Amino acid sequence: MNEIATIQNPTAEQPLSPWQLFWRRLKQRRIAMVGGVILVVLYLVALFAGFVAPYSYDRQDRDRFFHPPTCPRLSGFRLVIPRYEQLPGTFVYRAVLNDTKPIHFFVHGDKYKLFGLVPATIHLFGTGDENHPVYLLGTDQFGRDVLSRLLYGSQISLSIGVIGILLSFTFGMIIGGISGYFSGWTDTIIMRLCELIMSIPALYLIISLRATFPPGMSSSQVYAMIIIILSFIGWASMARVIRGMTLSLREQQYVLAARALGQTHLKVIVRHILPNTFSYVIVAATLSVPYYILGEVVLSFLGVGIQEPNASWGNMLTAAQNTEYLRNYPWLLAPGAAIFVTVLAFNFLGDGLRDAADTKS
Amino acid sequence: MWSYVFKRLLHMIPLLLGVSLLTFLLMSLAPGDYFTALSQNPQISQETIIHLKTQFHLDQPWYVQYFYWFKSVLHGDFGYSMAYKIPATSLIVQRLWNTFLLSFLALIIAWGIAIPLGIWAAVKKDSWIDRACSLIAFVGLSVPDVLLSLLALWFAAATGWFPVGGAQSALYDFMSPAQQFWDRAHHLILPAIVLAASDLAGIMRRMRSCLLDTLRAEYVTAARARGLGEGWVIYKHALRNAINPLLTIFGYSLAALLSGAFIVENIMAWPGLGRLTMEAFFAKDSYLVVDCVVMATGLLVIGNFIADLLLAWSDPRIRLK
Repeated sequence: MNEIATIQNPTAEQPLSPWQLFWRRLKQRRIAMVGGVILVVLYLVALFAGFVAPYSYDRQDRDRFFHPPTCPRLSGFRLVIPRYEQLPGTFVYRAVLNDTKPIHFFVHGDKYKLFGLVPATIHLFGTGDENHPVYLLGTDQFGRDVLSRLLYGSQISLSIGVIGILLSFTFGMIIGGISGYFSGWTDTIIMRLCELIMSIPALYLIISLRATFPPGMSSSQVYAMIIIILSFIGWASMARVIRGMTLSLREQQYVLAARALGQTHLKVIVRHILPNTFSYVIVAATLSVPYYILGEVVLSFLGVGIQEPNASWGNMLTAAQNTEYLRNYPWLLAPGAAIFVTVLAFNFLGDGLRDAADTKS
Repeated sequence: MWSYVFKRLLHMIPLLLGVSLLTFLLMSLAPGDYFTALSQNPQISQETIIHLKTQFHLDQPWYVQYFYWFKSVLHGDFGYSMAYKIPATSLIVQRLWNTFLLSFLALIIAWGIAIPLGIWAAVKKDSWIDRACSLIAFVGLSVPDVLLSLLALWFAAATGWFPVGGAQSALYDFMSPAQQFWDRAHHLILPAIVLAASDLAGIMRRMRSCLLDTLRAEYVTAARARGLGEGWVIYKHALRNAINPLLTIFGYSLAALLSGAFIVENIMAWPGLGRLTMEAFFAKDSYLVVDCVVMATGLLVIGNFIADLLLAWSDPRIRLK
């Protein structure tokens, strides 16, 4: 059989699947690929945060509050960092240029658990000397390394975006599918509920929802709470769009065929209707992740999200709200830059995905 | 037209009712109330607290509380703020006005800059201006409001050109009316610019793509074929049609604006509705939180209503529906 096919059509290539076509179009958009690569790097670093971070997120250096970022220099073939000397009675530091230490790789340091399971003490880099620390992004008001906290914080901030999207879009798709498929009063009730949720300005609703949770929760409970709150708001807009798409999809003949073959309503919705909305959903999801990340940032920033001493990009920025700190120790804004890069990368990727999914152009 | 206006107004009532009911339910689920903290205070007797609770109907189930709240709202009374010890209505009205002022000015700045820039980028498509605009748009869409507000705060503190937070100076009460006006404006301008900057990018990109779409239409080619000048073609023929889809995103941009204002208010200490919500939240002043949420929703719903009216006014096809 195969031989005959080849003879009949000698130059024919394997026809590309829709996904392959999609991937080919996406690869042509350099800016989307840049966004994608940045995101892969960010998520990998977050996954190995304990290893990449030179210190633990709650290690306090009581001799070095507001230590400025240490700038590594090249000396011979090694990177060295100078020691910083504190001017007495102030938080002003001076680099002692002839007192340097080389940066070592794979050094022993603070204990941490890789992936939250494997106990380890090896860090990617460090000086291995308590009195000669390496603070690439400086320290905060408690003498904690900003870079290490940034990396640990990325675990929370970055994962909340993805988990929140998965949760709310799954709910949004199923509810929207049900609403559009059955129409009638089911549809009316669900759509009124969506309108209700969407008509309240998001942050006001977030704060009202936050009020329903008791104070004094553990950090993992707070983490789950933020995801629940953000997903509670996020599903509505998804459900509305999916409902609109389902309304036209359910008139298709293959849906009728599936029904005629005796498939259940749920199966028709999940197996036959929803897969047709995937290209839209993937684009919308990529462009919505930033809103979930920002939701966590705002909650933690306002002091009702992730609590100290745990690090998140939001609660790290709280310190920068103090104008005195902000003026003298601008490195406290580093989490803001991290948020910016992440959101920019998601926007780049999402924009490229949208263009690649748009087969009309 | 009037029946359309009436229908839209009628539609608002169940929505606001639903929003108030939902917020009330959420606040009733919240553990503890304003008096939980008070009851720890040994100087306040248990009888006083029970008496106060009865006075505020906090000993009743939530739907009874809602009924009392709703009844007084119908009389234009938004209850009594337990934390501020003043009637909530005066508090809310003042804060609502501040938020409105901030959002309105931000709206004018954002649209006033975004529309000309969007037109410019579309007319000079693929030029360096277009590229610069799209870069600014990408950056603008990605800078979080939190970071922008903090940078503005830093800017104000470093240069001293703008006051660091607040809505008026300490000496406001001793100023002449002209000075008072200037003082208010001076405090308002930086938060408004921050809020506008976060909104600007989206509008500019939308304006550009709308105008590009219209410029491809056949009537534009026809106008050019008749020998009309390029300026006439763009501003008289294309632009008028490109504005319509923009009016529909006006409503969406309002929602983003109100959430943005929430952040800006809280960081830059602008005494608006968002800041009041957080203060009421921390004080567990549950009625005040409900009032704030309902007011913010009202602001958004009215804004959307105005957007719809503008659309109906500019596009007669909408009115017929």
